[in-house]
Amino acid sequence: MTNAAVHVEGQAAQHALHTYAHEAVASGATHAAGQQHPIKLYLVVWGWLFVLSTCSYLVDYLGIHGHLRWSLILLFMVLKAGLIVAVFMHMAWERLALAYAILLPPVLVLVFVAIMVFESGYTHLLRIMFFAPTA
Amino acid sequence: MAETALTHPEAAPGTIPGLRGIAADWASDQRAFKNVSWGKAMMWIFLLSDTFIFSCFLLSYMTARSSTTVPWPNPSEVFALNLGGKHIPLILIAIMTFVLISSSGTMAMAVNFGYRRDRVRTAALMLATAAFGATFVGMQAFEWTKLIMEGVRPWGNPWGAPQFGACFFMITGFHGTHVTIGVIFLIAIARKVLRGDFDRERRGFFTSRKGYYEIVEITGLYWHFVDLVWVFIFAFFYLW
Repeated sequence: MTNAAVHVEGQAAQHALHTYAHEAVASGATHAAGQQHPIKLYLVVWGWLFVLSTCSYLVDYLGIHGHLRWSLILLFMVLKAGLIVAVFMHMAWERLALAYAILLPPVLVLVFVAIMVFESGYTHLLRIMFFAPTA
Repeated sequence: MAETALTHPEAAPGTIPGLRGIAADWASDQRAFKNVSWGKAMMWIFLLSDTFIFSCFLLSYMTARSSTTVPWPNPSEVFALNLGGKHIPLILIAIMTFVLISSSGTMAMAVNFGYRRDRVRTAALMLATAAFGATFVGMQAFEWTKLIMEGVRPWGNPWGAPQFGACFFMITGFHGTHVTIGVIFLIAIARKVLRGDFDRERRGFFTSRKGYYEIVEITGLYWHFVDLVWVFIFAFFYLW
């Protein structure tokens, strides 16, 4: 693997066109191979998704409240989302160039969340100050 | 888990593995996504843009809920059902969640059998996925009908903050639309699989391009995304 990498780096420019042409020709074969993984893996993940869904429903059913409720909801949510993206959507086996291009931008949504937390807190404060139903 | 994979990301000729591969792929002056076809790359990019759409919906819901001075209706009670004389909180949503998880499993199996070129099983599993999806939409229609009968409107409801209806109809409506489109997409591709389009590389009537079994995986990406969005809606709207 390392030898191949060094080799490619050394002759990157010459290799580039050749690789591209080669890939275009071989694309039919690549399509035939695709993402093949053992069926057992899918069944195990499927089972875990059921378990995690049951757990998150139980959080509501058992009436857990406060910080424990929110952290449990978020924990089960992140685990389920991770399993779906990594295994069912095959992101675990994609090259990092694709994984990072797709998975990093949604992280920026958290910045938006932070902005809106401040904004809604401010709105809430104004509503309490000026629109509170006082006698 | 790595040894279970039959194809490795590094397997493509002339590519560098690992983190260095990111820089190498993007700086290669060629296509950036090396062993991913344009169809799959475009589906991922579409799903990324859809992520932002649903993020904006959930964010506006968060803003509305945390800025209102009126108490928010308790979803646990709003979506409770009386089954067999028992009052069970949030049960309908729980069943809908399990239906969607089940459909995700059948879809993953369909992709697997597609790459094994098992025509009949692939089509059958895709149609099963579509049936689960249609069941989900049916239950959502029931849920909407129930809430509308109880007086929930986008501008008000009997239990609390008037924004509850607007958030509910907007978020679940958009998600339901996605599921419906997914069901249509699944049936269309399942028909092509069953007809053997991808074995004979029959050309599509619209694009006149050859089809490959990869389209089953691309359809699967869309379907798993719909399930993924539901995971977030379930957590933030129904459980929070």
